Amino acid sequence: MSKARVPAAAGWFTLDDSAPALLGTRCKACGTYFFPREEFSCRNPRCGASDFEETPLSTRGKLWSFTDNRYPPPKPYVAPDPFVPYAVAAVELEREKMVVLGQVVAGVGCDQLAAGMEMELVLDTLYEDDANEYVIWKWRPCDAR
Amino acid sequence: MPAEVAVLGVGMHPWGKWGRNFVEYGVHAARAALADAGLAWTDVQFVAGGDTMRNGYPGYVAGASIAQAMGWNGAQVASTYGACATGAQAIDVARARILAGLSEVALVVGADTTPKGFFAPAGGDRKTDPDWLRFHLLGATNPIYFGLYARRRMEIFGATLEDFAQVKVKNSRHGLANPNARYKKLYTLEEVMASQVVSDPLRLLDICATSDGGAAVVLTSLDFARKHTVKPVRVAAISTVTPVYPNTVIEMPNFATDSAVGVAVPDVPFRDSIARRAYEQAGIGPEDVSFAEVYDLSTALELDWYENIGLAKPGDAERILRDGVTTLGGKQPVNPSGGLGCFGEAIPAQAISQLCELTWQLRGQAGERQVANAKVGVAVNQGLFGHGSAILATV
Repeated sequence: MSKARVPAAAGWFTLDDSAPALLGTRCKACGTYFFPREEFSCRNPRCGASDFEETPLSTRGKLWSFTDNRYPPPKPYVAPDPFVPYAVAAVELEREKMVVLGQVVAGVGCDQLAAGMEMELVLDTLYEDDANEYVIWKWRPCDAR
Repeated sequence: MPAEVAVLGVGMHPWGKWGRNFVEYGVHAARAALADAGLAWTDVQFVAGGDTMRNGYPGYVAGASIAQAMGWNGAQVASTYGACATGAQAIDVARARILAGLSEVALVVGADTTPKGFFAPAGGDRKTDPDWLRFHLLGATNPIYFGLYARRRMEIFGATLEDFAQVKVKNSRHGLANPNARYKKLYTLEEVMASQVVSDPLRLLDICATSDGGAAVVLTSLDFARKHTVKPVRVAAISTVTPVYPNTVIEMPNFATDSAVGVAVPDVPFRDSIARRAYEQAGIGPEDVSFAEVYDLSTALELDWYENIGLAKPGDAERILRDGVTTLGGKQPVNPSGGLGCFGEAIPAQAISQLCELTWQLRGQAGERQVANAKVGVAVNQGLFGHGSAILATV
């Protein structure tokens, strides 16, 4: 029996593999983007409005910087045993003028990354338990397909 | 005329992994600072404690916990928390109280007992807490953020792994003779570069450890100090600024930066604004600084600080490191104490310990790590949730 696919963070991204996207919000008054979603009070200090619309964020951006985890992070990270090192990317979204972090897909290490590279968003498994597969967004170099 | 207070006494409990109650380190440091000031505990009118988040309720009310352990003396009390800037906030509260004329003698104290390994978030299932979520969803430890900054320096400015390692070599030499340092070992470039990578490009010896320790200062009005000493060290400025929106550099514990779509990016980035505000308060500039204590959470971050506090232009930090400007004996030594590389981080005590070092240096009491002709010292740090601080001391 296949496991249920559930988002590791509900409402943070679409679960549609054909069109994966982070879900942010945008202030209806000043146009500022937020991720994770802000729905209470706009953080532009001269705005403070409270009306937001949900908006999918750009699914491509330029690599701002990158690093990796060579050792298992502490809980509440659910680390596999044996641990497999993975890279983490900070990606600059042009339209939103913001930088968003994410894990990099398995098999792509820091030696294959360089600042300025075009990256795209994909959905992947964060961890599994007996019932569910918990899904997360990750970044992947556009030329890695 | 800038508003100044005096540092009449300083004291520390050595940094280490002692595994005892943080209150013990705080009491030890407080008694040392009082002895240094030539004052009794019963002379203290105000206690400002820097809180620790890892030691339960006594840690959240650190000022009172340490005052109780010293023996209640009826002093007024405040306890503050501001991540890595905790100690500076406590110092600032005491300073403001003295400048307002509400107290003449204040004791500022911070101490911590830390667990082994990576700092981890508060326990439980905390799905609205960004600090919990960054670990759960990304495994984004503190070294992940340090690694991003370090790699960015390499990509933008051409910094090398050897540059990073040279910071560690320099600071390990500085801290050798510091009795309060945890690591008193002279590292070679080869040893640093052979240590295990933790978060590429940073190695174990590029990243600061977590430590137990305690630090305290006795602050007084200038009038009070002049009755007790000829030429007191003075706190000329304290900056505890928050960022100005939008902050476009990724900061712990965030998943994303602010968006710059609705508001223009400020002229002065957050990290540059921290020391700048202190310089403005004191009416001086970075060229007046004799030495600096900066928050070298990683070796690469020390290089960022050179630029953030105005010792070097953007992209020039590696050059001034290589030229020996920031080494003891150079024009503007950085981290003569040995820095976090020799201490490890005891969060609520760290900014207070920086003021202890400024004071010893400005008095000419720093022994083998003495900066020649030290007149003005600056200490800076930055931590989670948009906290940062700078303290300017002078003599």
